[in-house]
Amino acid sequence: MILIVIFMAGIVGYGSYVPSFRIKPDEIAKIWGEEAERIKKGLGIQEKSVPALDEDSATMAVEAAKNALAVAGISAKKLGAVYVGSESHPYAVKPTATMVAEALGATPDLMAADLEFACKAGTAGIQICMGLVSSNMVNYGLAIGTDTSQGRPGDALEYTAGAGAAAYIIGREKSQILAQIDATYSYTSDTPDFWRRPHAEFPTHGGRFTGVPAYFKHVMSATQGLFEKTNTRASDYDYFVFHQPNGKFPLEAAKKMGIDTAKLKQGLVTPVIGNTYSAASLIGLASVLDVAKAGERILVTSFGSGAGSDSFALSVTANIENRKNGVPLAHYVAQKEYLCYGLYVKHRKKLKSL
Amino acid sequence: MGVNMDESLAITWRRIPERYRLEGSECTKCKTSYFPTRKLCPACRRKGSIATKMFSGKGTIYSFSEIYAPPAGFELEAPYTIAIVQLEEGPKITAQIVAPHPQVKIGDSVEAVFRKIQEDGQEGLIHYGFKFRLVK
Ligand SMILES: [Zn+2]
Repeated sequence: MILIVIFMAGIVGYGSYVPSFRIKPDEIAKIWGEEAERIKKGLGIQEKSVPALDEDSATMAVEAAKNALAVAGISAKKLGAVYVGSESHPYAVKPTATMVAEALGATPDLMAADLEFACKAGTAGIQICMGLVSSNMVNYGLAIGTDTSQGRPGDALEYTAGAGAAAYIIGREKSQILAQIDATYSYTSDTPDFWRRPHAEFPTHGGRFTGVPAYFKHVMSATQGLFEKTNTRASDYDYFVFHQPNGKFPLEAAKKMGIDTAKLKQGLVTPVIGNTYSAASLIGLASVLDVAKAGERILVTSFGSGAGSDSFALSVTANIENRKNGVPLAHYVAQKEYLCYGLYVKHRKKLKSL
Repeated sequence: MGVNMDESLAITWRRIPERYRLEGSECTKCKTSYFPTRKLCPACRRKGSIATKMFSGKGTIYSFSEIYAPPAGFELEAPYTIAIVQLEEGPKITAQIVAPHPQVKIGDSVEAVFRKIQEDGQEGLIHYGFKFRLVK
């Protein structure tokens, strides 16, 4: 049971990053003798992002965080905490957060840690920062979701596993808050639907049948739980952002809850960049904040396999009108260079000899 | 257990501020910027005073070269561009231009990005540092 308190915290800066390489399902389907049109329709995906050879979860986190600092208009020295959520941290042992904080120039006067909860470690970081900021332990906390996820060659995940990062700076100064976080609610259970053991290169998953007990159960329970605790309903919100492992699941979840699917459109970016795992719901939120207007309300629900969902109710403030320059998500979505499967294999180092 | 590394761990540690965030120095007397960092201003000598300075990462292409026969460890990235970048604060530095493999011209505007430079095999350190990206 989680108590809902009135948080004196909100988003004062946000930023995203998506690498510029893309691969289309057609290229992947050709290799495995599958029907590309059926896959594109079934997964609701047109293409997915692929990192450059010199990009990983740490480098993408830095890009997204620099955009967030630019939007907030604050120096990295003011950050009191940095949390990096990922399921593809560059090291098994050695924090990503220290590298990110060092590259930003936020060290050494801060607390930092890495988080892992499949695709929801980024939103878990936001909740930690909300606590630290509301309790005056820090003035600003940075929470990042970043992933360069891998699907086993030939596995259905290969069509969707993308790369990207999103960074959020949580603060309490009213004059700086772009979106107030009104409430958060989490729904958690031990549901093993997707996992990766130490030293395993690729994840294992229970297949499509796990959608109902894992994704849908957690996303819907967290969202409806938040409605209940805040005494709100679907019609009170202008935008919804749900974790998006593919282009279909979020729309299905919305329909099941009687939410107008048009409210999901702005925050549904997986069809053009793939599933960015820990970054997925947070990149969707960045896409919404890029166009949101004062007074609008947003509901975001992440999902991490294993399993859990974090829901947030946000109210956009008038400060959004004077938001400082960051690079909008649309810039990264538009900038792209296509790879054939051969170059993709090289990029993701899928050959044993690489 | 110690591992075989291309440079000593102590050197790697010392270079992190310079490599991760372009930290150099500036003589507060004559306002000359230095990268990499210096302990003494060659112009002002003992009358000068050196302070740490974080460079903006903005600059222009001063000169460049296309690499088709890369050194060991960079084979997968070829072909790529190595450029001498003139930073807006003055100093010139050599660095890689990031993919997608761009058509570079002298005078093009660039900005620094944080990227993976090299890995010490499968079990060693991952070295990070600055590269540059064309600004359109
Ligand atoms: Zn001097």
